[in-house]
Amino acid sequence: MGYCPHMTGIVAYGTHIPYWRLQRGAITTSLGAGGGKGERAVASFDQDTTSMAVEAGRVALRNASANWVPASLWFATTNPAYLDKTNANTIHAALSLPASTIAFDTIGSVRSGVAAMMGAGNGNAIAILSDIRTGLPGGSDESNGGDAAAAFCFGDEGVIAEVIGGASATVEFTDRWRQPGETASKQWEERFGEHAYAPLVDNAFSDALKSANLAPGDVGHAIFSGLHTRAVKTAVKACGVAGESVADDLSAAIGNAGTAQWGVMLADVLDRAEPGQIIAVVLLADGVNVWLLRTTDAITKYRARQVAELTVRGQIAAGRNDLTYAQFLTWRGFLHREPPRRPEPDRPAGPPSLRSQAWKYGLYGSRDESGFVYLPPARISMKSGSIDQMEMVRMADVQATIATYTVDRLAYSMSPPVVAAVIDFDGGGRFQCELTDVDPASVKIGDRVEMTFRRLYTVDGIHNYFWKAKPVRV
Amino acid sequence: MASHGIRDKVAIIGMGCTNFGEHWDKSTDDMLIESSDAALKNAGVNLDDIDAFWLGTMGSGLSGLTLSRPLKIQHKPVTHVENYCATGSEAFRNACYAVASGAYDVVMAIGVEKLKDSGYSGLVVSAPADDGTKATVTAPASFSLLAPAYAKKYGVDESELKQVLTRIAWKNHRNGALNPRAQFKKEVPMETIACSPLVAGPLGIFDCSGVSDGSAAAIIVRAEDAHKYTDRPLYVKALSFVAGPAAGPIDPAYDYTTFDEVVHSADDAYSQAGITDPRAELAMAEVHDCFTPTELVLMEDLGFAERGTAWKEVLSGTYDLDGELPVNPDGGLKSFGHPIGASGLRMLFECWTQLRGEAGARQIKSIADGKTRALTHNLGGAPGACVSFVSVVGTELD
Repeated sequence: MGYCPHMTGIVAYGTHIPYWRLQRGAITTSLGAGGGKGERAVASFDQDTTSMAVEAGRVALRNASANWVPASLWFATTNPAYLDKTNANTIHAALSLPASTIAFDTIGSVRSGVAAMMGAGNGNAIAILSDIRTGLPGGSDESNGGDAAAAFCFGDEGVIAEVIGGASATVEFTDRWRQPGETASKQWEERFGEHAYAPLVDNAFSDALKSANLAPGDVGHAIFSGLHTRAVKTAVKACGVAGESVADDLSAAIGNAGTAQWGVMLADVLDRAEPGQIIAVVLLADGVNVWLLRTTDAITKYRARQVAELTVRGQIAAGRNDLTYAQFLTWRGFLHREPPRRPEPDRPAGPPSLRSQAWKYGLYGSRDESGFVYLPPARISMKSGSIDQMEMVRMADVQATIATYTVDRLAYSMSPPVVAAVIDFDGGGRFQCELTDVDPASVKIGDRVEMTFRRLYTVDGIHNYFWKAKPVRV
Repeated sequence: MASHGIRDKVAIIGMGCTNFGEHWDKSTDDMLIESSDAALKNAGVNLDDIDAFWLGTMGSGLSGLTLSRPLKIQHKPVTHVENYCATGSEAFRNACYAVASGAYDVVMAIGVEKLKDSGYSGLVVSAPADDGTKATVTAPASFSLLAPAYAKKYGVDESELKQVLTRIAWKNHRNGALNPRAQFKKEVPMETIACSPLVAGPLGIFDCSGVSDGSAAAIIVRAEDAHKYTDRPLYVKALSFVAGPAAGPIDPAYDYTTFDEVVHSADDAYSQAGITDPRAELAMAEVHDCFTPTELVLMEDLGFAERGTAWKEVLSGTYDLDGELPVNPDGGLKSFGHPIGASGLRMLFECWTQLRGEAGARQIKSIADGKTRALTHNLGGAPGACVSFVSVVGTELD
């Protein structure tokens, strides 16, 4: 995050904290070791870093002004769903961005998130940081990790936090590493990383303050982030920022979301910051990056647009913390369970998926002259018989009501049983889909639901992304 | 829309039906040979006498060769038809039309399905390549959607509805216990049915039809020729088949307590057959009880009960073997089993057996009371998106 004089400011942001929480004590109970206090956020079996990025992006776009369209989309994660194929394109499609908006992946290391933010910060663009953190059972990465995503829209108009300075330090050292395809990282002796990071923190932080003519005491909110817990703690002490200004790293509530950690922390700070406050972001990831922001008067108006349930604290409060450790291990692929005696679904085919892109990714239906909405989009009106007299309508952000439902204990699923429902959208349109983030026993006809972008299953290495409904939690 | 029907133009002169069940030792070919041979012998004709064939199977073979190869049919037309779970009925319907048209004198409709070679639980259907957005629910889950919707609409509480569904399964098992060809030839106590492991929604394993192998066949001739072959032919009174716009899953007006397609095909069939009060006029009905809620809803769609009252009729035994209108006297899909392509013809086989007074221990008494007509109902698909077939057959010419 070297200071870039042309950098625009943050105009909107949004996060996604998954519904499920694993109590760290559940690990201790099962293994007799590991675990600890508090909870970690857990991406559901039908989520990956791409689908979580979509959810965070949707919140950000909902908060952005209606006519704001990004020229580019930057996606960062350590845990991409695909290599070779650009994951950001899936996000681009699900957010229904125009083809002229270019989409990029910056993937592999936690530091990739900085590239995404710098890339997006050069214009009208959106950066989305998303991560699912895994580690071997009983290890600290497993219990301290967390899954989350954060999205930031940059632009020149309606800036709520402007970029006022920054600095960075880059040095090669072996602290944490992982071979592609492995599910867990390894780390050098902890005190070595602390030793390597300490001088870089000192240099980058003081350089950043100098770039903006600030003193440590001017910082209203300091965000310290990184996977090296001990080095981060040392950095907090070394920077000389007042204790009450140090932002909560949310590790007790959701864990450390790797690439997305500082994004979620920054969103949490922006959820509460007053106009004119200085925010310092200090990221320890293969070097140090410091970024200085100042909130503007526009943040007050912005906050009035936000929905309380979609703030970081709102999403943390809405979580469900009775996920079993066995289920957690199953979802992350560490426990291979007996599948139902049913065939695997077929892989989604490329040509039909391209033809139905607006439907599959954008959740567009078609509306005929009488106002009837067809899901998926139809060409012929059931009422008049007219052909191709339809208008496309996006249903992704429309709420719906359950007309009827069932719990399918036979269907193939990574996490049976499948809860299927017929839902009627407000203003027209009926759709039969799966429910997710739901307790099968609590579903009732008349329940309110909203749409969420998920990974249904993976066959032949192809992820089948589509939409499910989840209960509206207000 | 014109639907003139072919009332009394064609007749069934012989039928055959294999036992239904898990035929680990029989192939599709074996079952086709067995049911066709039984039908030919029953009609007193030879394979060479058959002018054309209609073969119904959903997944046990492609093309007419599936039949001509094992039967060694010598250069005759063999048509393969598929229409989901109503495939067997569709083979029968088209065979009847071919005779009625005058194109052929003697034809065979035959249905077969080999489900138990797949190695999976339940029905496995292969679909064309798609975008992966179609709902992935299983058949029991699709049909279980009827249960909460029906209960809510008519103010039946959940436990009461479970009793109704249980009684339907109990009745069909009880009938099947008297049927030597049935997959499940035994009565099942209500508490066993009610407490069986859940499959989908309120449906337990005993609420689902049997997944089985089997085959059934019919020989059809012009009505005026029927007595050359048998003293007791069955005349075809009505054949109705409709495909709906599959709008239930997309139309909020659909409430999951009815099959519109069934209502339409029943109206059409009753009009073709001249039936105005089906409950009073029919001797019996074979209906598509793929899952217990289906049979419940069908009682209303077929006009056997007023809307919202079928659940009470079920509890009071109206559709029992000795009830006012016996439904599924052979045990139905529930206990006879449901080899897809064979089921529609299996239903006709029970009409053939009952109307001719050959049903033995499960013989219904309405025949003795002078009722001469029976109905079959066969559907394919799911609530709100299905195809439906209704036929009426009878022993007398009108």
